[in-house]
Amino acid sequence: MMSFETVMFVILATLTGGSSVAVVLSRQMVRAAVWLLITLIGVSGLYFYLGAEFLGATQLIVYVGGTLVLVVFGVMLTEPGKTERVTVGPTGWCLAGFLSASMFFLLVLVMLNSGKSSSPAVDKATEWPGVGPIGLAFLGLPQSPNQPGYLLPFELISVHLLVVLIGAAYLARAKRKPASEAGGTVVRVEPVPDAGEGESL
Amino acid sequence: MAEWFSSWLPNGLAILGPAFVSAVLVVSFIGGSALLLIWAERKVAGRMQDRLGPTRVGPVGLLQSIADGIKLITKEDVAPAAADRFLFRFAPYVAFCATFCAFIALPFAPEIVPWDLSIGVFFVLAVMATEVFGVLLAGYSSGNKWSMFGGIREAAQVVSYEVPRSLCVIVPVAIAGTLSPTEMAEQQAGFFWNWRIFHDPFTFLAFFVFFITATASCKRAPFDLAEAESELVAGFHTEYSGIRWSYFFMAEYGSMYAVSALACLLYLGGWHPGFLPMDLRDLVGAWLGNIGYGCILVGKSYCLIFVMMWMRWSLPRLRIDQVMTSCLKYFLPISCGLLFGACMWLLTVPSHWAAVVRLILAAASLIGMVVMGVMLLRPLPAEGQHGQLAGVWSRQETVS
Amino acid sequence: MIVVDLSAFLVLSAFLFSCGIACIATKRNAIGILIGVELVLNAANLNFVAAARYLPSFRLEGQIFAIMVIVMAAAEAAVALAIFLNFYHTHTTIDVESASDLQG
Repeated sequence: MMSFETVMFVILATLTGGSSVAVVLSRQMVRAAVWLLITLIGVSGLYFYLGAEFLGATQLIVYVGGTLVLVVFGVMLTEPGKTERVTVGPTGWCLAGFLSASMFFLLVLVMLNSGKSSSPAVDKATEWPGVGPIGLAFLGLPQSPNQPGYLLPFELISVHLLVVLIGAAYLARAKRKPASEAGGTVVRVEPVPDAGEGESL
Repeated sequence: MAEWFSSWLPNGLAILGPAFVSAVLVVSFIGGSALLLIWAERKVAGRMQDRLGPTRVGPVGLLQSIADGIKLITKEDVAPAAADRFLFRFAPYVAFCATFCAFIALPFAPEIVPWDLSIGVFFVLAVMATEVFGVLLAGYSSGNKWSMFGGIREAAQVVSYEVPRSLCVIVPVAIAGTLSPTEMAEQQAGFFWNWRIFHDPFTFLAFFVFFITATASCKRAPFDLAEAESELVAGFHTEYSGIRWSYFFMAEYGSMYAVSALACLLYLGGWHPGFLPMDLRDLVGAWLGNIGYGCILVGKSYCLIFVMMWMRWSLPRLRIDQVMTSCLKYFLPISCGLLFGACMWLLTVPSHWAAVVRLILAAASLIGMVVMGVMLLRPLPAEGQHGQLAGVWSRQETVS
Repeated sequence: MIVVDLSAFLVLSAFLFSCGIACIATKRNAIGILIGVELVLNAANLNFVAAARYLPSFRLEGQIFAIMVIVMAAAEAAVALAIFLNFYHTHTTIDVESASDLQG
């Protein structure tokens, strides 16, 4: 009889795997983004299943609530016309299928042959470091003496994120240029629509 | 509850049993409070506009929400021809599930919580961040240019206001030292000057900033451009009718409650009434004590929701550029400054000074509330003389 | 009989990785390629966290690495979308086949 953990894992893994296949197979970009949403929620559920609760919540708030919203905005703002829904031809699909299948088998072979997994009887609830130890490690105050502090990576990714966001905001700024649209079905949305009539009640 | 279930069910079902019961209870709470809040909103709106609100269906119009619900369920399920059918059907469920999942970690009483997460506050914020997808997909899949504009504006507003909201959540978390809402509420036991809002002036201001930014990220007036009838018909839910529209509505009222309950737990003492020196559970027993605490917390949250409704029917709507400016230019630096100030207060101010300031703040707030209550609830002449107007209008000097 | 140990999670993350590779290879829309990259990064993250769960001495590092990967993925998505928006403003299409200005 399958135990509850196994059933939960099968459900979560099927959800994640199935929606990632649907990402590959869907032709419209917004649908692919929706299937990616379900994949990310499935991965977050797997983090909760594994016991890493803080990481699951971080995945939800950063990936789903931040990155994926950005992706969906990008999809909506760069929407192609109704005629332009071409994907790669059959040769492209064959090549892609061969490539991904070979990567999959290679990875599975490497993973199953290198280090053996430890016993599943490891208790997940008691020793998983929560928010406190993670925060202290990020500030360079390790709990045990032979653990390095992670202050430098933390500062580096903070500065990196700041620089990237400034650069992205500059790159994507609204430019005042004469509109030259190739097709008439493109909807161009300016980042800040101006409402010149004053307050609207 | 899990122990009781596991005594007569195998292991897997012993986890699913309480989960199912909790889910049913939470859904019925959301549905029930949505019914009550819709009635309350219409009554409050009516009274603030000097009219009565619903009065016909049931006593004082209480069954109006049920009548509305019956109408919505029996409406024809139409979708526009240009709509993306799968996404059109999928979007309301995303919005509702996001709000519903926020109740997983939201306690009603010290022992009534579906899952007592150690990172409960962060989890609630994270899951409510997912609600923006329902809005975005609804706007896009309606096949309607105005809905898409409404959805994009709405998503930009919600996502932007999450940042100062999270910063204002970090302020009491930094003071409390824990992310668990149960523990944070337990730390505010005792009299009402123990409440976190009176801890220092920065936290006092942080409560108001949190309330405003949370109202904005619930798409609630005066930030409700999604429902701006004069601009965008009804924004992202223009093309939705019947039961699908009511999913969005329940999601909105659910997230209003979740945000108000979070404000109560973080700032306003949670379930503690504030004038009892001892624990309610010691007075009346565990079951009744917990239910009493739950009623107090729900009552406090409903008071905050009443303030949200009050704001909706009093203040004019903000334009989208005003909304974004006030978030990015004002609320974000203000909340950063409040976080800095609260941390500096914790580090530098000695504890007797802090206690004095806390008592001063609490006393000033109490006096302010009493004065405001007296001013608002002054008795007015009920009946006018012949030729004169009654009520508020009797204060006017000339009748034009 | 499925036993949930480390190899189950490794197989799942390999599957997600190969789906990401297939997505990168088959989408002509630039944002589709970005979606594939996100899948690849999530597969790697799942690997980290699963390894952290089954090797108790790695638990803190696994979460820290996963947090850093999440932050880097967010940064990279922001930059990629800024570039795509710029490309769209000049070319009015987001098809990568039409990014041939430097060809020849």
